[in-house]
Amino acid sequence: MEKITKNKNLDLKHYWIMLVPALIWLIMFQFVPMFGIMMAFQDFNPGLGFLGSEWIGLENFRYMLELSDVRVVLLNTLIIAFGKIIGNIIVPLIFALLLNELRQKYLVKTIQTSVYLPHFLSWVILSSIMLQMFSFTGPINNLLEFFGKEPVMFFQRADLFRQFVIGSEIWKNFGFNSIIYLAALTGIDQSLYEAADIDGAGRLKKLWHVTLPGIRTTIVLLAILSLGGILDAGFDQVYNMYNPLVYSTGDIIDTYVFRAGLQELDFDFGTAVGLLKSVVSFILISVGYWLAKKFVGYRIF
Amino acid sequence: MVEHRSLGSKIFDVLNLTILVLATLACLLPIWYTLMISLSEKAAVQAGNVSVFPIGFNLYSFESILSDPRFFQAVWVSVQRVVIGSIFTMAVLVLAAYPLSKSNRVMPGRTFTMWAFVFAMLFNGGLVPWFLTMKAYNLLDSIWGLVLAGGVPIFNLILIINFIKNLPEELEEAAKIDGAGPWRYLFEVLLPLLKPVLATVLLFTMVGHWNEFFQGMVLSTQETSYPLQTYIQQLVVATNLENLATLSVEQMNRLLKLNNESLNAAKIFIAMIPVLIVYPFLQRYFVKGITLGSVKG
Repeated sequence: MEKITKNKNLDLKHYWIMLVPALIWLIMFQFVPMFGIMMAFQDFNPGLGFLGSEWIGLENFRYMLELSDVRVVLLNTLIIAFGKIIGNIIVPLIFALLLNELRQKYLVKTIQTSVYLPHFLSWVILSSIMLQMFSFTGPINNLLEFFGKEPVMFFQRADLFRQFVIGSEIWKNFGFNSIIYLAALTGIDQSLYEAADIDGAGRLKKLWHVTLPGIRTTIVLLAILSLGGILDAGFDQVYNMYNPLVYSTGDIIDTYVFRAGLQELDFDFGTAVGLLKSVVSFILISVGYWLAKKFVGYRIF
Repeated sequence: MVEHRSLGSKIFDVLNLTILVLATLACLLPIWYTLMISLSEKAAVQAGNVSVFPIGFNLYSFESILSDPRFFQAVWVSVQRVVIGSIFTMAVLVLAAYPLSKSNRVMPGRTFTMWAFVFAMLFNGGLVPWFLTMKAYNLLDSIWGLVLAGGVPIFNLILIINFIKNLPEELEEAAKIDGAGPWRYLFEVLLPLLKPVLATVLLFTMVGHWNEFFQGMVLSTQETSYPLQTYIQQLVVATNLENLATLSVEQMNRLLKLNNESLNAAKIFIAMIPVLIVYPFLQRYFVKGITLGSVKG
């Protein structure tokens, strides 16, 4: 008995040794930067540092709410993020259902391999490709011309920019996002379909009464968990697609923070805007996890 | 079983096949198009004549990349980043995931540590404090800055932990009776069993490092420190977007004649190659890894 206890304690020591690298990283690269949040409440002067700079309370936040820029940016962020959330739930679902109904099963694998691919390419690459495809003489405008339409300057049209961003995001990720639905579909009890066959149910009826209820939990879970992304409009994508002509509809919190904080070097203001986003997102994600646990029994770990 | 199929059902099948084939093409054609642009002659590209096949096939773009040392410098930075970064990430993740898969009873303090990781995953200080920290650590213009910045992806850590927790507990008991300590158990018993989830995480890590441009941009003060994606972002995307905003259509058309789209397309295509190569091999793993890791016992 004594030996087992001793072994356990010895194991324990080794467990903590294994954890050391990850813990050092966690502290150095996640928790230390959090001290920088102080800047949001200061008139930060890099020469004086955190301790020497003047504390100004909520001045940065008051200033932020007065700027019309910030309101536009917030609105753009919400619209783009909301569009993406809805699209990223519905389009992959429809795709998964269609793929599930495909009779030519030998094609399934090829289709999957192809549609997962854009997910693994960066927005730098995809945006470069889109700049070519949607350029004035590019294939998309050639196609429009073929159908007798006027060519469109896609990247310069503020009225089209959000749709463009949402659409290309869905295009990039619908395949990859369908994986989770496809997995859920294989989990549906096949005897339910056989029973429906005996009852004389058609394909539509089976879709409605067997398939959809079978993956309802997955859909609800994904919807709840994506709630936390409502302030996340996707920096990489927007940064690689926007330009001053479309700032009015395309500028989002993250791009705004980048320009204010790191390009114009307004450290304290940039930190304040970023902090507001972090706090709101944190609350929303936490609520999302709580709801998911309460209703679907989902646990993070 | 002979199935009676209605006309509606047959029409649906045809429509369905059409939609799925179109969706597949929508994902493949842009990549194919990029390759075709890179292989076509300049005049045909500028006139917008290239579509599914190259016009005036030539390898000139790829040849001229060979004589561009800045491009190779950027590729070299990216390769270093992927190799060092993946080794670092996988090592730290495996070491951390095993103890964190223990219950709090076996390892007091485990749940608290877990919440610290989850908190760090969900909340961060934001861009500016992060940048000033990296600067204070003297990690600008350094490969280590790029390796360490996203060095421990916490979401992937949780994926591995959940995978370990789904394995039967008897496994470890049996190994312990055979006299295996924690290290031997981790490396000789656990590691081979973790293959699917580790392959998934490795794929995400490698592709993530290869694709990342933002840290490469922010943490570099000089062009020679750029990884490939940052190089492309700065030289192709940023220039293009700037021109879109400041030039008229005529000016842009004139510029287009000077600008070498084929050369850009060749650079973009080369940047895609590693992903195109790695991805099909790991596909079977990542599908399995994602679905297994997301279901917990």
